[in-house]
Amino acid sequence: MTGAFLSVAARTAELSLRSGGGGLTGLLFFLCVVVLFPFGVGPDLNLLARIGPAILWVAALLSTLLGLDRLFQDDRDDGTLDLYLLSPLPPELLVLAKCAGHWFATGLPLVVAAPVFGFFFNIEPAALGLVTLTLLLGTPALTLIGAIGAALMLALRQGGMLIAVLVLPFTIPVLIFGVSATLAVQTAPTPFLPPVLILCALTLASGVVAPVAGAAAIRASLE
Amino acid sequence: MALIDFANPGRFLTFAGQTLPILRVLTGLILLIGLFMAFFASPPDYQQGETVRIMYIHVPAAWIAMACYALMAIAALGTLVWRHPLADVAGKAAAPIGAGFTLIALVTGSLWGKPTWGTWWVWDARLTSVLILFLIYLALIAAWRAVEDPGRAARAAAILTLVGTVNLPVIHYSVVWWNTLHQGRSVFRLDGPSIDPAMLRPLMVMALGTLLLFLTLLLSAMRNEIHRRRLRTLRLTQAGAAT
Repeated sequence: MTGAFLSVAARTAELSLRSGGGGLTGLLFFLCVVVLFPFGVGPDLNLLARIGPAILWVAALLSTLLGLDRLFQDDRDDGTLDLYLLSPLPPELLVLAKCAGHWFATGLPLVVAAPVFGFFFNIEPAALGLVTLTLLLGTPALTLIGAIGAALMLALRQGGMLIAVLVLPFTIPVLIFGVSATLAVQTAPTPFLPPVLILCALTLASGVVAPVAGAAAIRASLE
Repeated sequence: MALIDFANPGRFLTFAGQTLPILRVLTGLILLIGLFMAFFASPPDYQQGETVRIMYIHVPAAWIAMACYALMAIAALGTLVWRHPLADVAGKAAAPIGAGFTLIALVTGSLWGKPTWGTWWVWDARLTSVLILFLIYLALIAAWRAVEDPGRAARAAAILTLVGTVNLPVIHYSVVWWNTLHQGRSVFRLDGPSIDPAMLRPLMVMALGTLLLFLTLLLSAMRNEIHRRRLRTLRLTQAGAAT
């Protein structure tokens, strides 16, 4: 069972990172959004330092949302998903394994890139560290919640934008707590631990709910 | 008369056909009485003056918006667990109605907020969570329309509805858990309502009227949905027979 889980996760990550897999395109989109904001908001470094963490978080959220339709699409198209469902690996663990692999290929690069892009915004080091930490804790939640939407729209061919629209309301709490932790550090030295802990809770909770809901959704979409 | 007896769409259509005229008359009557009580037979607020009368539309609309989602969640359970055929129809029919009531609550609340708080909108916990509820309603309407086959669409939307149910307690307790500009609980409290009876009575009448309005709209919408599905089946059969 563990072997099957790890091999599905590893295969998902490897296929996504290979050329033609589109895994690092999400990173490129993240960079584009981050670069666009100063053009829109103006070069005032104080303002950018204040809204920088929020921009990083929104850009990470959008990048994750747009990459979601790739989560199950390739496997559905070439029949691997049907083979996975026939295997002894429970569909819930299958969804969890796919999310783990997908996050490794798309979410983790965002976390690593965030401090680097944070230099564009002149964010102070404490807030930058906290943005990276909250992204590390929160992006798995985004992938997991997104997996529910991706699984629901499996029947559709071009479901990308619709999946993003469906998943967005459910990812708003993750965004709120992710940014609220950095605000606590930036505006006044108020304790930042409560939002971080709630973020962990959201990731853990979605780690339980998403596989169950996703497996039910895959079964409903494929029959 | 078990719930399974209502599973027959034809039987439901007869039931709806008989109940709807009575419901419509009752709704109109009670809403008229409620509106009269709200605008003429109740006192102005000591602080807000006459603006408080928006409450008699805003609060029942918000209550029905949440009750509608609760009904959709139960219908989603009916679809996924029991494969009850009318649960699909109820869920699909209720989504636009719930979205409408949420929109009424948001707009009337905004109109109320401008003279009393000085702002059309504020990002506090109650307003934000109700806005998220509105977005979830829209997402559900999109999910229903995305898949062609009604049975598959029903299962996909049902799962999404159940995932979104977590928002309901967040909305209800948002004024308790967070420091909000929106007023705290005045009616559904363990100590009983803190609102004056002269205002509670019109509020309850309007709530009853709005509930009846919701039920009337829901039954009509469910009837339309059943007819729509029959039409679709007939068209498919006709297309199949023509080849």
